[in-house]
Amino acid sequence: MDKFTRRRSLCAMALAAVALTAQPALADGETVKIGYAVSLTGPNATGAGITTIPNYKLWVKDVNDAGGLEMPDGSKRMIEVIEYDDRSSNQDLVRAIERLASQDKVDLILPPWSTGANLAIAPLMDRFGYPQLAVTAVTDKAPEFAGRWKRSFWMLGGGHDYAKGLVEVLTAAREAGKINDKVAVVSVADGFGIDLINGARPAFEEAGFDLVYDKSYPLGTSDFAAMMSEAQNSEADSFVAFSYPPDSFGMTKTAISMGYNPAVFYVGVGGAFPIYPGITEGKSDGVMSIGGVDVNGPGIKDYFAHHAEVTGNPPDSWASAITYASLQMLEQAVKRVGLDHAALAEELSTGSFDTLIGTVKLEDNQLRDLWWVGQWQDGVFKGVNPSDKPGASAPTIPKPEW
Amino acid sequence: MIMTTLILGLVLGGTYALLALGLTLQYGIARIMNLAYGELTLAAAFVLVALFSGLGLSPLAAIVLIAPAGYGVGWLLYTVMMRPLVRRSGASGRLEVDSILATFGLLFVVQGVLLVIFGANLTSISYLDRGVSVLGVSVALNRLIAFGICVVVGGGLALAMTRTRWGLTMRAVALTPGSAPLVGIDVNRVARQGFALGTALAATGGASIAMYQTFSATDGVIFTMKALIIVIMGGVGNVTGALIAGLALGLVETFVATAIDPGLTLAATFAIFLVVLLWRPQGLFGRG
Amino acid sequence: MRFILPLAGLAALAVMPMWLSEYGLGLMIGLVTYVTLASAWALFSGHTRYISLATAAFYGTGAYVVAVLNEVLPYPLVLLSAAGVGLAMALVVGLSTLRLAGIYFVIFTFGLAELVRQLITWYEVNVTGTLGRYIFLDVTARGIYWQMLALGAATIALTAWVHRSRLGLALRVVGDDEVVAAHSGIPLARTKLVAFALSATILTVAGAIASPRYVYVEPAIVFNPTVSFLTVIMALLGGANRLWGPVLGAAPLFLVFEYLSVHFPDTYPIFLGLLFIAVVFLLPDGVLAGIEKLRARRREARS
Repeated sequence: MDKFTRRRSLCAMALAAVALTAQPALADGETVKIGYAVSLTGPNATGAGITTIPNYKLWVKDVNDAGGLEMPDGSKRMIEVIEYDDRSSNQDLVRAIERLASQDKVDLILPPWSTGANLAIAPLMDRFGYPQLAVTAVTDKAPEFAGRWKRSFWMLGGGHDYAKGLVEVLTAAREAGKINDKVAVVSVADGFGIDLINGARPAFEEAGFDLVYDKSYPLGTSDFAAMMSEAQNSEADSFVAFSYPPDSFGMTKTAISMGYNPAVFYVGVGGAFPIYPGITEGKSDGVMSIGGVDVNGPGIKDYFAHHAEVTGNPPDSWASAITYASLQMLEQAVKRVGLDHAALAEELSTGSFDTLIGTVKLEDNQLRDLWWVGQWQDGVFKGVNPSDKPGASAPTIPKPEW
Repeated sequence: MIMTTLILGLVLGGTYALLALGLTLQYGIARIMNLAYGELTLAAAFVLVALFSGLGLSPLAAIVLIAPAGYGVGWLLYTVMMRPLVRRSGASGRLEVDSILATFGLLFVVQGVLLVIFGANLTSISYLDRGVSVLGVSVALNRLIAFGICVVVGGGLALAMTRTRWGLTMRAVALTPGSAPLVGIDVNRVARQGFALGTALAATGGASIAMYQTFSATDGVIFTMKALIIVIMGGVGNVTGALIAGLALGLVETFVATAIDPGLTLAATFAIFLVVLLWRPQGLFGRG
Repeated sequence: MRFILPLAGLAALAVMPMWLSEYGLGLMIGLVTYVTLASAWALFSGHTRYISLATAAFYGTGAYVVAVLNEVLPYPLVLLSAAGVGLAMALVVGLSTLRLAGIYFVIFTFGLAELVRQLITWYEVNVTGTLGRYIFLDVTARGIYWQMLALGAATIALTAWVHRSRLGLALRVVGDDEVVAAHSGIPLARTKLVAFALSATILTVAGAIASPRYVYVEPAIVFNPTVSFLTVIMALLGGANRLWGPVLGAAPLFLVFEYLSVHFPDTYPIFLGLLFIAVVFLLPDGVLAGIEKLRARRREARS
């Protein structure tokens, strides 16, 4: 249940803006200009509105409340934000980035939401020399891209990573005798879903699983009754959906209403959203999805509370924390080396940073220390794989009935 | 197996048909190609969620409130925005273009307002989310209710159109707006009624969708498209045709998803639609 | 005079990148792209009054052809292939649809864009097993600008020629009354098909030229229905049946969009929508006709 959040956050923003202009620091014009272009309208607005925009606003507010962005000489400069709407179109996005770089001459550019958008701006960012901390981009080609564009950083892994993590969890459960070796899997037919299923198929096969139902469905499908009933009849103990938010919710609702209770119920993006338990009427425990957090990490707890308080909504448990962590990295890198783009990129690539998800050090310009699989347990979405990652919870299999 | 496909398909088709009824009235009788149709549906869905989670009103009670409100909104829209266009176009064919452009603008306005008020987040409520067994097939109760609304509203409307004098006037205007005045029909009044009633149906459809589906402020175009396909297949302005076409579409989608490949459901929809357009542009059930 | 002014304008536009910032150039690329799309659209739809919403289908196909072939063929051949694919698609579509009239044609073309998108998606997922494709071409923004400018200029020149040719005359008669056109011996199907194919080929090539700016291509990204709608609106705003109408519609509208989304990122859809409605009510026949009417009125007042 998710009503009026945007309005509330708008109010919060207005308050923040008032607070911001009241600061005397603005008067001498020593600000740091930070720009971003994200989808405020169009089909991408939902994803950007949940993961990206609230964290940008939150971080800017936090920094400015603390007196501004700290420079190497110890002085603090307030952040001035320039925000554009890319209308969910990559052509408009590219133009907005050009505007930020050559017209507004901003000091830093924050990345847009979605893999496609980050790829579309990567050559431009590279040409203008801005470091690009691409968080909401899942791609198996991250190593190649990090090599192609030296100042790009890829922080959410690739489809194969998530698929492999899931197969590990299922393999462990099968070896413990909790599930059979049959899996029903559906995937959304777009770049993300295809990346995941292409990673999952060989991994499942290698682990000795039998994909008894394996279909893709088009983006924009709203009815899942037929697919879910096929999956239910497939004798698989595990249901896996590499899906997008409205679909993840739709499948969940369909499963609940038809009483489909597989031992493993896994949905894709959206499963880690704060709205998810509401979708299931509080029966989300046991559902697995992408991402996760270490709920006992002290940084995370504060972050969740703070995020909810300021933006009026708790963050999602996958990319939100990483988005905020990427901004903390940026903040610390600026403090160490200033705003020079080459030095910043070098520092981001080699330095280690103290963030809410722990100490972060990038490997070949990529964040690899991530949660691949998470599960709802006691109303909280906890990371379960990699199982040897500090803070990992043990998965609950079979899932309690709806 | 066949039973499952049949029942799931019919229930899905019912929700499609309900969505299309309003558009077929608006385009068939008022001659307005309303591209903002989906946005009006969405607005009703948001209102239902607000009433449900804000005031605790039962969705079924909310629909009873939303439908007349939709009628009012439609009446106002027609009087303020569409009527001047209709008057200006006279007998020439330019109303089609004008209405497409004007309602395209309206689409942006409504979407912008929804975004400002409700934000871009996904919205969803849980209401009667449990399954009931229909001939051994488990169907979500909320979808079944939506199907019921479709049967009642659509059936009632189809009866009214074919059996009453009011329906006769409506059909007369739909068929030959030029000669309807000759038999003493106030075309303007009938068109306004048709448009307002269409909006009321759009609101009803949107409100029932809110009961079972997750949606966000940018989903309107999807609804418009689905409705448009059904309207064209059923024959413009033909209520019975829209009902049958909606049900058929649901059956086809479910059949393709189970027997062929879920990846082709939307492609199948468009392919059938295009074939119908080429083969019988007046619709499967239109008079030609 | 007839040729000098446009040619001088073209020359001025061609040397503009020397003084433009990157953003200015990006803006000009967007502007010239939409001028090209609107002009190409009007080439067929302006006179025949067939409102086609298939722009995105051809534009997206162009981008997709580049995405598929950019690592296999040299760039000029890729563009040529895009033109060929566009032409072939236009002929198939044209032959099957041009007997549809009015709203049915509108809806068919809209459905076509969606069908193409769904089929490509299905094909990529099930046959090639990848969905996203990458375009790593060494084409600079300036290169894209000059190519698009050349295409736009060629489109307008072609339109000018068509207007004066028998084809243009035939199209005009078709737009006025198809029955009359048929009776006066105009080969209806062929006339419409030629214009449609010309227009669609240009749209496809435009998509191919613009595609290097995407870098990453996915059906959902390139088959963006907004492109179809914007093209129609721009052409109609300027006056679709006049040579310079689409230019006069596309250029200001594009700049207004940009201005609104830059200055009112949160509320710009509302402004945009109101603007559309205002255009329909105040400038029903397009800007050019509006100006002419104003002039005529002033002349009357003077005499």
